[in-house]
This record gives sequence, C-alpha cells and structure tokens, in this order.
Amino acid sequence: MKLQINNINKSFAGSNNGQSAVEALKNVNLTVAEGEFVCLVGPSGCGKSTLLNIIAGLTAASSGQIDCSGRLGFMFQEPTLFPWLKVKDNIGFGLKILKRSKEKINEVVDYFLELTHLSNFKEAYPHELSGGMKQRVALARTLALKPDILLMDEPFAALDAQTREMLYKELQEIWQFSKKTVIFVTHNVREAVVLGDRVLVFTARPGQIKKEFKINLPRPRDINDIEVTKISNAINQELKTEVAEAVKELEHYEK
Amino acid sequence: MKNKLIRLAKPLTFIACLILLWQILYWLKIWPKWLFPSPADVWLTLVKGFANHTFIWGILISLKRIFIGFGVSIIIGTLLGFLIAKIKLLRETVDPIILGLQTLPSICWLPLALLWFGLNEKAIIFVVLMGTVLSLTISVKGAVLNIPPILINAGKMLGADGLNLYRYILIPAILPSYLTGLKHGWSFAWRSLMSGEMLFISVGLGQLLMFGRELNDMAQVMAVMLVIIVIGVIFDQLIFGKIEKNLRAKWGL
Repeated sequence: MKLQINNINKSFAGSNNGQSAVEALKNVNLTVAEGEFVCLVGPSGCGKSTLLNIIAGLTAASSGQIDCSGRLGFMFQEPTLFPWLKVKDNIGFGLKILKRSKEKINEVVDYFLELTHLSNFKEAYPHELSGGMKQRVALARTLALKPDILLMDEPFAALDAQTREMLYKELQEIWQFSKKTVIFVTHNVREAVVLGDRVLVFTARPGQIKKEFKINLPRPRDINDIEVTKISNAINQELKTEVAEAVKELEHYEK
Repeated sequence: MKNKLIRLAKPLTFIACLILLWQILYWLKIWPKWLFPSPADVWLTLVKGFANHTFIWGILISLKRIFIGFGVSIIIGTLLGFLIAKIKLLRETVDPIILGLQTLPSICWLPLALLWFGLNEKAIIFVVLMGTVLSLTISVKGAVLNIPPILINAGKMLGADGLNLYRYILIPAILPSYLTGLKHGWSFAWRSLMSGEMLFISVGLGQLLMFGRELNDMAQVMAVMLVIIVIGVIFDQLIFGKIEKNLRAKWGL
C-alpha cells in the first residue's frame, strides 16, 4: 500500500509562561512505495515520532495531508502489552474486536506465535516475559491484524544489544516474505542502515527531511558488516551538525 | 492443607494467648464483673444470641442494608468516576465538590436523611450510600486518569474505539485499583452502617450493640463487637483480599 505525505506542518501550543508555540515539523513531504522499508533518523526531539503519530491518526497535523488507504499497524517504543491478557490473547486482541470466530483467532495466533518463536509462552502473562519477548509479542499482535503499513516507533530502543541483533534478523525475515510497507523511526543510525531500503535524515526542530540515503545492500544484513558501517558513518556525518543544533536549542531552553 | 495449618498456627496461638491474658485479668478481679466479663461469659452470650436467632437476624438485616447501599454506590460511583475522568467540565465543577463532601463524616448525613425519608430503611441506606459513593467515585476517577495513555493508543491502533475501548481497555486497565477502591468503599459502608444503626432505632447489629449498653450487659456488647469484627475480616480479607491478591499476581504487581 502506497503512502503519501504532503506538506505536513505541526506546531504545539506554547506553555503558559509566555513561550511561543513550538514548531515540531515543517513542510514534510514523503512518498513511500508499496513494500518499501523506510527509516527515519534524526536528533531527539526532531519530530520524527510526532510524524508517525500523525500518520497513525493519534495526533492531528496543523496542516497538510496524508494519503493512505490501507490498514495501519503501530508498534510503540514500549511493548504496551495488556497486562490483564495472556500472550495469546494479546496477540488475538485486534481480531477479537473484529469479532472473528474463535477458531480463526486461534489459527492466526498460533501462526504468529510460531513466527515470533513464542509458542512456549502462549499461556504466559506479559510480566513473566523478558523485554525482548514482550516486543516480539507486540510485533505479533500488530502483524495479526494483517496491516498494510507498519509504523514502528523506536521499537527496539529499550532492549539490550544481543536481543536487538536477533530481532533485526527476525524483522528482516518477516518483512522479506510479508512485503509490508514499513516506516521505522529510530535514533540508531546502524539500525536504520541494517533495516531500511531508504534512510531519511531529519533536521533538528522544526523537523524537515534533510537528506535521503538509498541502501542497496543485499539482505539479510548484519549490523557488523563493513558496508553497513561505511554507510552509517556517512549518515552520522550528516547527523552530527543536526545533533549539535539540537543540543544548542536545549541549552537555550535551560536559560 | 498441611502448609495452611502451619501458616495459621502463629496467629491462632497468638489469639489463644490473648484470650488467656483476658482470663487472667478477669481472675485478678481488677474491674467489677459487669464491666469486664470473662471470655466464657462472652462465648455463652454468643451461643445464646445465635440460638435464639437475635444475632442471626441482626446480621442478616445489617447485611441486607449494606448490600443495597454498597450495590447502589458501586453503580453510581463507577459511572460518576468515569464521567468525571472523561469530561473536563465535570472535572472543573463536580470534582472539587465531591472532594469537599468526602471530608464530611457519613453519619452527619443522618439528620438530613431522617427528615427527608423519616424513620425507615431508606434513611439508613442513604447514610451508607453517602458514606461510600464519594470514595468510590474518587478512586474510579483516579484509576481512569492513571491509565497510561500509550496503552489507550495501543488499543486504538488495534481497532478498539468507542464502547469497545471501554470494554476491552479502560475497564480491565483499572481493575487492580478498582478492587482496592471497592475494598475501601466496603469498609466505609460498614462503618457508616454501624454508626447509623447505633443512633437510629432499627434492628441490626448496631442496635444489638446499643441494647447491650442499655441493659448494662457488657458480655453482649463484646459479643456483638466480635461478630462485627468477624464479618469485617471475612469480607475484607477473604473476599476482597483474595480477589485482589489473585489479580495482582496475574498482573505481576
């Protein structure tokens, strides 16, 4: 499913002590092709998560429009599993709301449990799982609804390095055969290069797309691959100035 | 089963020691017998009270009142709590008034209730209601406002909106704090009922307690107090406590 973002602007109302409105996004234009994996990187606070929330309809844009007709799936930075539901019921949550039959739900849930290597934890409650397992359940829960477009907001940021690397591999495999359109927000440049077909670099606030990198490396990619490192370094150069800009702005706020 | 017995052994031994101490104090004759009855006197009064059914009726009538008062409070308190949490205008207007009214001890509603409803069941149930409903409202409101917004967003992204959002996200999400609120509400209701029954001519445990006083029958006073304690423990620990514990274990709290 194609996704088109036209001239999105977003500003947040200023706080009460006389601060002016904060511009979070400025004239963002982006077209994502069907089945494409696009990564957004940028300094923290640049509005990349806000853009994802706007696409998802969780936040309203100040102006501009989003064209997309497919079903959206959203994966958050925290696993946001429902603590009152078992793993299998978390994964089947969306289907239950759609009032699918029990047999159908069980079938889909079992499929995604297997896909995410969680079959043994079907009956567990979320608090019994590790961070990486929770994120896998969250991924399975999102995929179970068969979304056309997958929006991912730093889903692996809170995980340890080993778990993350394992999940890069799994996500690439799942993406390669399901051919979903993915928009993946991260502040980790290497992560973006490993996963994305395209990496877009955002400027410091107000967020604008500054530069685009096409990643033409064969998949599955490894985070320690020398080519990944090379491209990451190039993107990091681009980012450095923006991070410096963001830090300067923060210092300005403290005064 | 054996584990349970071992776990109960300590508190039971302790209670036995307390009764023994009581008996020793009684033997020492520090206070006159009519002010300080022996454990056996209280026990006999209990047996007699249950045998001639006065205690049984007292318990049933009090429980009936509390079930009605508490039941209506649950419905009103839960609805009101959700409304205040979800509607900003109500948070700015109704909420401060509820917080203010909550400071009023529930028994202060009795004179008003007597004038409005007269000397009947309605008055006493009204007192129970007023003692409970506000605390329930406040706890439901707090619980709803404390649901992490990201959990609600996750529910929305999975297709839950409108009533489904309430049924599948908001209501299950508040359950642990809701149960704690119910437990507090129950003890508020129980206190309100007892104070109401003591001031107000009615059958029920509170009145049995006052009868004991009027007849200078300390054994009866203590026997009824024991009954009130036991009912309180049954509901607080065994019913609400158990459900709460199971739920918390499930959530990993």
